[in-house]
Order: sequence, then structure tokens, then C-alpha cells
Amino acid sequence: MASLFIQWLKPIGSVIRSFRLGFGLTWSHFKKGNKRQKPKGIADPDYFQQSEGLVTIQYPHEQIPVPDQGRYRLHMETEDCIVCDQCARICPVDCITIEGIKTTDDLGLTSDGTKKKLYLPTFDIDMAKCCYCGLCTTVCPTECLTMTKVYDFSETDRDAFTYHYGNLSPEEAKVKQQEAEALEEARKAAKLAASKASA
Amino acid sequence: MEEASIPYLGLLAGGIAFGGIATYALAGVYAERKVSAFIQDRLGPMETGPKGLFQTAADILKLLMKEHIVPSAADKILFAIAPLLVFLSVFAGFSAIPFAPGLVTAPLNAGLLFVLAIISIEVVGILMAGWGSNNKYALIGAVRSVSQIISYEIPAALALLSAIVMTGTLDLQIIGMQQDGEWGLLHWNAIRYPHLIPAFLIYFTAILAETNRAPFDLPEAESELIAGFHTEYSGFRFALFMLAEYANMLLLSILAVLVFFGAWHSPIPDIPGMPDLSGHSVLIWISGAGWLLGKSLFLVILMMWIRWTLPRVRPDQLMVICWKYLVPVGLGLIFISAIWQLVRIYT
Repeated sequence: MASLFIQWLKPIGSVIRSFRLGFGLTWSHFKKGNKRQKPKGIADPDYFQQSEGLVTIQYPHEQIPVPDQGRYRLHMETEDCIVCDQCARICPVDCITIEGIKTTDDLGLTSDGTKKKLYLPTFDIDMAKCCYCGLCTTVCPTECLTMTKVYDFSETDRDAFTYHYGNLSPEEAKVKQQEAEALEEARKAAKLAASKASA
Repeated sequence: MEEASIPYLGLLAGGIAFGGIATYALAGVYAERKVSAFIQDRLGPMETGPKGLFQTAADILKLLMKEHIVPSAADKILFAIAPLLVFLSVFAGFSAIPFAPGLVTAPLNAGLLFVLAIISIEVVGILMAGWGSNNKYALIGAVRSVSQIISYEIPAALALLSAIVMTGTLDLQIIGMQQDGEWGLLHWNAIRYPHLIPAFLIYFTAILAETNRAPFDLPEAESELIAGFHTEYSGFRFALFMLAEYANMLLLSILAVLVFFGAWHSPIPDIPGMPDLSGHSVLIWISGAGWLLGKSLFLVILMMWIRWTLPRVRPDQLMVICWKYLVPVGLGLIFISAIWQLVRIYT
């Protein structure tokens, strides 16, 4: 009988202990409800020092700084593009569309000294399709295609995700296209004449 | 109280009470969300209004504008009247509550019994909701709720009974007036009769179960029953269930304050030089209702703190707590009360 009573009493002690533990824990967090953790990026030396306070970051109003080497939105430096088409070919989701027009005009050099031989009427990147693998930036021979740290660029229209780059307006492109076709015709005619002459 | 017999005055009192309860429920839901947020190191609602103050008002507006969805297999009549019954049973309980001396819509001489009786009608409403939904989760939740509320009414009633033995009346007004005195806090029932402190703990545990709140929220267990008996409810009817839950928390807390913690009296002893309110019935009403509601809201906040601290109990633990601990201890407390009264009579 007495042992039964002791058995009945036993859980009360553990209940009181766990109550003290649990309510102490929740209270210790509740009373820090007036403190906030600041939105600090990983680059901040205090990043691992914020051990107390509310962790919520009110996203559109506050943002954690992204490191400078963050790899998010693609950016194209049109001046440096030699229209090699490598990025479009390696892209696993085919989000880059490139058109080039041959020309005899002098287009100058890229910033790393490579000669540009083609006009670039179209260089479209569809960021809605992009999977951020970064392959295009690794194959780019002139480092003109890079990823930036901009990650917050939502749109309400899907077409707005297509970023247009290039160094020709559509009208100019038409003219240059015709020039290129004429050039090609001339080259073909010259080739034909040369082959006839040799025969 | 001749004026109270005029029906319009009754309607007015009902309207004021409903408005008060609805406002309290809005504030209560907001407080609950903030309390839970701070405990979990979050911010809680912040966008709607300053510090998110209008969030619950916006939520209730959304709920009111939603479509009334009735499952095609449901018992349409039971489904429709269940939330009304649940809310009305709690709402009717407020009619017998004296907020200050004389400030009561229904001055009953068995007020405590009336409140306990009318709250238990809620069980019928919950069972109707669960059965009428014709949904297995709703039915399991309703059955759990009924078994739980009926079991825990016993320790709650025993705890109150041990206080009733000491006060010798069921009239809530008289219970309140008995705790008046110049020493403030020292006249409260729980202080005058120290064995009523464990009685209050029993009562408080039992009302957590009666309001289906954590750690006794088995009937509404989101993780296993998808919110239990109100699985199928949406819009205004769901809002009524929430309103009833928060109103029930307040009603049972008010009852605890009335019986154990000095009703509408302040804990501060009478200090010479304090303004004398006697004769100004309106001022007495305001200060009395203020103290009563303040103490009750403290208990409500305590219930929120408990909800966000303790995990849900298992059904077997639920029954063990009730039948092996609360009921025997409650009976023992009634015994102590009885001995105390005997000693008082014969000395």
C-alpha cells in the first residue's frame, strides 16, 4: 500500500522539474522579445555573435547583404562579346538566344584585346528559364557574361524576364543583314569565277 | 433591478456583451500570435497596421466574406446549428457573471451552478459538429472532445466545490462580496483558505482541458486530426468556433477569479487617503470590472504561455491526470474544507 502511494507520488516530482525547465526556457525567450537580430551578411565579423533576440528578417523591408561574389542574375557586357555562341550551346536549359551578323566593318577590340568580327543584333537571356548553374560564365572566353549578386528581381509579366542585350537596333540589324548577304553573294561569285578561271 | 425586466435593456446588455467578447477575441488572437512568436524568437504579425495590430481584424473580415461550404454528405441542419450552439452556450454563461457589485444581467442565487451547467451544453454542440460533418477526423475529434470535457468537468467541479464549502453559497455576487475587506489581497479566498491554492491549480488544469487548449488539445490535434471537429467548417461558422474558444477561456478565467482570487476587489489594502468610491456606483462598476477583467486576462495570458510551452499529452496520460491525480486530490480538498467548516462551527 505504501509502495503504491510512493509510486503514485513519483511522477509529480518529474512533472514539477520538467515544468520548471520548460517554462524557464520559454520565459527566457519571451523576455528577449524586445531584442532583434540585425540582418548581417556572412561577410560581417559579428555574423556568428548574434545569439539572442528575434531572428525574423522582414524581407522586402530588410535584406541580408549578399557577398560580392554572389552568383544570381546574369549580366552581359555587350562591348566584350565576340559572338562565339559557346554560352548558348552549353546552357542546359537553352535560355540564351544569340544571333550574329558577319561584317567587314572594323568593330574594334574587346577589353582583353580579342578582335570582334561579328555584329550582335540579338543576345536574349530568359532569366525565367535560367537554372543558375553558371556554365555560361565559365565557358565565356572574354569574361563578358557574369553572374551578379542581384537576386531580388521578381516580375509580374513573364516576358519581362527576358533581358535583351546586343549592339544593333532592329532597323540597323536589317541593313547590316542585307550588307552581309550582299557580301556573301559577292564572295560566292568571286569563288565561282576563281574556280572557273582555274578550270 | 426592475429595469432589467424590460426586454430592450436585455438586448442592449447582450449587444454590449457580444461586442465586448468579439473585441476581446480579436485582441486575444493577436496576443496569442504575438506570445507564440516571441517564445519562438519570431516577430509575429507585423504588416497590417502598426506592429500588425489590425491583422486579426483583417482576418475576421476575410472569414466573414468567405463562402459557406457545406459538405454534400453532411447533415445540413446539425452542421449549421452546431457552431451557434457552441457559441451561445458560452455566451449565455456570461449572463450570470457579476462584473462588479450589482453589475450583472442575471443575478441568480445559484449562479455558479448555472454557469457550469450552461457551459456543458457546448459538448452537445461539438458532438453535433463532429457528427454532422460526416467526416472521420471530425467525428474522432468530437468523440475525443466529449470524453475529455466530461471527464474534466469532475475535477473542475470538485475544485469549485471545495471553495463553495468554504463560502457556503453558490451566488457569485455573495462570493465576491465575501472577499471584501480593508486588507485587500489577504481577504481573497485563496489566501484566507490556503488549501484552495491547490484547488485552483486543479481547476486551472481542468479548464485547459475544457477549452480544448494545449496541452489538452487532443480534439483539435492539427497533426493527427486536421483540426478535429471543425475540420469541415469555414468562413463565419469557423469564426464562431474560434470566438467560442476564446470566450470560454475568458469565462472560465473570470469564474476562477470570482471564486479564488477576490472577484472585483483590488489586491491593494485600504490606504488612508485613498479616494472613497462608495456612493459612486458607476466608478465602483468601472474599477470592479477593471480589476476582475484584468485578473482574468492575466490567467488567459497564462493559458497562452502554457500552450506554447507544453507538448500535447497522450490520451492515456489525459485520463491518468484526470482520474488518478486531479479527482482524488480534489476529493481530499473537499474533505479539508469540510473539516475546516466543522472546526469553525464547533469552536
